[in-house]
Order: sequence, then C-alpha cells, then structure tokens
Amino acid sequence: MSSMNIYELEFERPLIALEKQISELEAQNDPERSAVGIDADVDLGVEIGELRASHEAMLKKIYANLSPVNTVKVARHPNRPQTMDYIKAFVKDFCELHGDRNYADDRAIICGFGRIGKTKCVIIGHNKGKDTAGKIKCNFGCAHPEGYRKALRIMQLGEKYGLPIVTLIDTPGAYPGIGAEERGQAEAIAVNLREMSRLKVPIISVVIGEGGSGGALGIGVGDRIAMLQYSWWSVISPEGCASILWKTSTPETNANAAEVLHLTAKDNLDLGIVDDVIKEPLGGAHRDRTVAAAQVEKYLLGALRDLKRFKTNNLLNKRYKRLRAMGRTA
Amino acid sequence: MADQQTKSGSDTTKNDTTTARTWQDLKQSDVPEGLWMRCPKCEAMCYKKQVAENLEVCPECDHHYRVGADERIEQMLDPGSFEELWADLGPTDALGFVDRIPYSDRIEKEQRKTGHKDALLCGKGFIKGRGVVLAVMDTRFMMASMGSVVGEKITRCIELATETDRPFILVNASGGARMQESSLSLAQMAKTSAALARFDDMGGLFISILTDPTTGGVTASYAMLGDVILAEPKALIGFAGPRVIANTVRQELPEGFQRSEFLLEKGFVDRVVHRKDLRSEVARLIDYAGK
Repeated sequence: MSSMNIYELEFERPLIALEKQISELEAQNDPERSAVGIDADVDLGVEIGELRASHEAMLKKIYANLSPVNTVKVARHPNRPQTMDYIKAFVKDFCELHGDRNYADDRAIICGFGRIGKTKCVIIGHNKGKDTAGKIKCNFGCAHPEGYRKALRIMQLGEKYGLPIVTLIDTPGAYPGIGAEERGQAEAIAVNLREMSRLKVPIISVVIGEGGSGGALGIGVGDRIAMLQYSWWSVISPEGCASILWKTSTPETNANAAEVLHLTAKDNLDLGIVDDVIKEPLGGAHRDRTVAAAQVEKYLLGALRDLKRFKTNNLLNKRYKRLRAMGRTA
Repeated sequence: MADQQTKSGSDTTKNDTTTARTWQDLKQSDVPEGLWMRCPKCEAMCYKKQVAENLEVCPECDHHYRVGADERIEQMLDPGSFEELWADLGPTDALGFVDRIPYSDRIEKEQRKTGHKDALLCGKGFIKGRGVVLAVMDTRFMMASMGSVVGEKITRCIELATETDRPFILVNASGGARMQESSLSLAQMAKTSAALARFDDMGGLFISILTDPTTGGVTASYAMLGDVILAEPKALIGFAGPRVIANTVRQELPEGFQRSEFLLEKGFVDRVVHRKDLRSEVARLIDYAGK
C-alpha cells in the first residue's frame, strides 16, 4: 500500500498497466524513432487498436460498477480538476476578491467576480491546492471561519449588484483546529446557512469533488445544487464515520461506512438532496478535464438561464420550499 | 488518585453537617442505594432528591448535570402550562443504515429507553406568564443527535413562533448531526437556518440556550443563530469535538477550551447563566425584545 503511487488508484491498476503497454507500442510504432531490435516493417497499429478497445471496455466496466468508497477515491484524485481549473476553463475575466475584512484572507475559499457565458456572476469555490506548498497555503481546502465570512461578504456584494452566485464545492470539511474554534467556526457556517437562504439573487452550487459536511454546506445553500457524477456529499467522511461507529478506520470499515452513508451523486439525487447529476467523461473528470469543464459550464449556463426568469419573491419561496421538503420522518 | 482523596477529604471536613458525604461514609451508612449519587465533578455524595430540587445542579460544587427533556421542560415552564406538539413524529431508517447494529434497532432501543420518539420535545407554554414556543433536546436519546425528526420539529416550532408572534426558546444539547441519516441530517442544518431567517425577517425573538454538550452540526446551525445566546456554566460548546481537534493539531488544548466561559471570552455567547436563573433571564429578555 505504502509504495503505491498516489496518482494510481488501486482499482485502476489494470487500466494503467494497459496504458503503459499502449504507449510503449506507440513509441515502437513511431517510424521516426523505431526502437532497436524491432523490425521496422512490422505494423503495430492493429495491436494498438485492440489494446485501446480493451482499455476502453475495461474503463467502462470499472466505472459502471464503481463502489462508493472508490467513488470517494476518484473524488479525491490528485489530477481531478479543482475550482481554479474550472475558473480558468470557462470563467472569463475572473477578478479575485480577498479577505473577510475582519481577520484574514483564507486561501481555502476563493471568491471573485467573473463572467460565465455572458452572465456576470459572483464565483465562490473551495481551493484545495496542487503541489505541497500550494496545499499547505490553502490548508488542503479546509476553511477557517474567515473563509466562510469572506464568502458571505462577497455573496452579499453579488446581492447588492444583482449578480447570481455560483459556488463550487470541494472540501473534506471545515478545519477542526484551535484557532478555528476560537474564531467561531460553527457560528460562521451557521450564519452562512441562514444568510444564503435569503440572498435575493439566484444561487447555484456544484459539488465538483468532496462535499464534506458543514464545511461544504457552508457555501452550499441555494436554488440549485448539482453533483458531478463521481463526487461525494455526506454528513461526515467515510473515515470519520468508520472511526466513530466502527471504532476504527480501516480500508474495510471505510468501505462499509461509504456504503451506508449513501454519499454518491445518485444516492443524493434519490434522497432529494441534490437536483441534478452532471455526467463526467468516461473514467472520471481527471481523464478528460476539458470535457469535464465543458459539462459543468453547460450545466451552469442552463441553470443561470432558468433562474433568471424568477421574480425575487418566487425565487426565495421556491428556495425555502426546496429546503423545507428535505428529510424523512415516520 | 491521591488527588481525589485529598479532594473528598476536604469536602467532608467542609460539609460534615450537610448532605454531602464521601463514598466511604456512604458505605458505612445504611442509606438505601439509589437515593444517593456521587457528583462526577467534586465527588461529593449528594442526596438525589435534593439534587433534583436544586434543578440537577450539584449542591456542593455547582456542577450542572445533564437534564432529560421532560425535566428541563418542568424546570423552564410555568407549572402545567406545557402543551406538547408533534409528539408522534418519529424517525425512519430511510437509508437502511447498518453499522455494528441496524439503525432501526437503535431507534427501537432508544425509544424504549426514553419513552420518546426521538431526541427533541417541543410545544407551547409560558415562562413567568410569557407565552413561548419551547423546544428541548434530550441527550438520553442517541446523544441528542440531529436527524430529520429533530430538524423537522424545530422547523415547525420556528414556523409556529413566526405565525403566532411568540418568542422561540431552544435548549440545545447534542453530539451533532445524526450519521445514520447522512445527508438528510446535513440538510436539517440548512432547513432550520432558513426557517430562522424568515422568523428573523418577521422580527421574531429567538433565544438559544447552550447546555452540555452542544457540538457539531447543531452548533453550526440553529444553536449559534440565537438573537441572544445563553450558555449554562462550563458546558462543552464547539464545532469539532476536542478529541478530533487534539488529533488534528497534535498539541495540548488550552485550559477551558470550548467551555461556555471560553466562548463568552471569545465573543460567541451573550451570557453564561446559572440554571437557577434561566427562567428569570429568559423572561427578562422577552420583556426587552419579545413582541
């Protein structure tokens, strides 16, 4: 386990072996750089084609039966597109705005103005970071209270200027630290829930990776919420749940927890928690980031167009009804 | 251990004429079992009836014990004024959740234990003659974790308070959102907060009372949204639990961290109030801010 390359998900190993084989054959087949000991007259094209076909079949098969715990692994894939990737892909003229005017600029949440299609928007998203230094800088996407307060400040700017709000959710959870508690992590999230429920502009949220509990919900209350096909959304991470309910977090208990938590996009759609599931490219967003970004953009354009039609009162009533209906009792 | 002996020893000398005794004293006496209890904080032996009369507060050290919802309602409201609402609303195992035991079995067990459907009792009543909507969480039921029933009853309370212009008083205690209902529990945070926004828009008064322990998703939603937030002394109040934090930051937590007085100092609680003063404090606030 420990020797495993972090970019290599265990259940994708046969795929990666095939990919390696294909690229080796491709290199050999390249007339420019025909390798030593290979007969230049042999055409490897057929073999490559066959390997590609079986690669695709395998990819389809693996992803058609992805278990919940493996879905969580895909959602955390280091190559999975993050907020900044989506912003770069389809937000025009992004203008980042910093700080909560109170304590700090929390890099775990990115906020700013930008255009999606022709619509001027406020854009808010968790920021996980890529390389080690970047990840540390933004605390692996685990926001502090100042992150939630910054997000609210910028969302209120959106309300003031009549700009719809788009939030991209991707966090393991709000940060459980001393400073976070001292500065009111719970209060910051709670206030966001209350205020987002009454902001007088459309709010659209997309869970792009991890939807970890209150830290995710803290920028995830609004008129529409969609999940990318292989993202997760739950009250607690599978590891956290396993360590409480099974008293220990092991690969096995984590898998059990992921199963019972019903954290996949489809589960949450069935439970009435999210409105839509955005399809990812075959084999997950990390395999084709361009297509993934195009899918998210298409969804946002549609939702922005739909929500624009509502008068403010209607919008807020519908938002309340949507939240009001959530839950199951006997 | 030596420390404990010193403590209980000094208690005996201090209190030899009162009801508090040491464990050793009790064993020597012929008091029937079950009438006495040992304070988990100061270790004094207390007469249970006296503790109950003292609102479940240790007569010796003022430690506030956890109180079941029924008893809390009696403590808070004018006698006989409680009119319970939605008592029949019960939980359901929508996810088929099984950890070490199935959620449905857990529900049954907790219901048998407490005689209640879920972890919150609510209704209408009067506090020193002032009409209120009151909800009380009960740690005896699955550590008062918040699932669909708790969220739904609180939302109905807020809506009732909005319609009837009554203040909404909520006595919080909870281990957090109920894992067994996963994202359905999480959604209750948004639902209750949205209802509070509407109540706020109508000028309603929401007094949130934090008792030991108030943590997790409950703190990160309605518990922290009071117009006025009161806390009982030394209650544990936080977003993440102390153990999770200690494991994350790998350092010792400061003295008194996440206790009521700490939150008061950091500016997140309006007043720390002794249980005996809760009724009069709430009544006073209603006179200032209620309709």
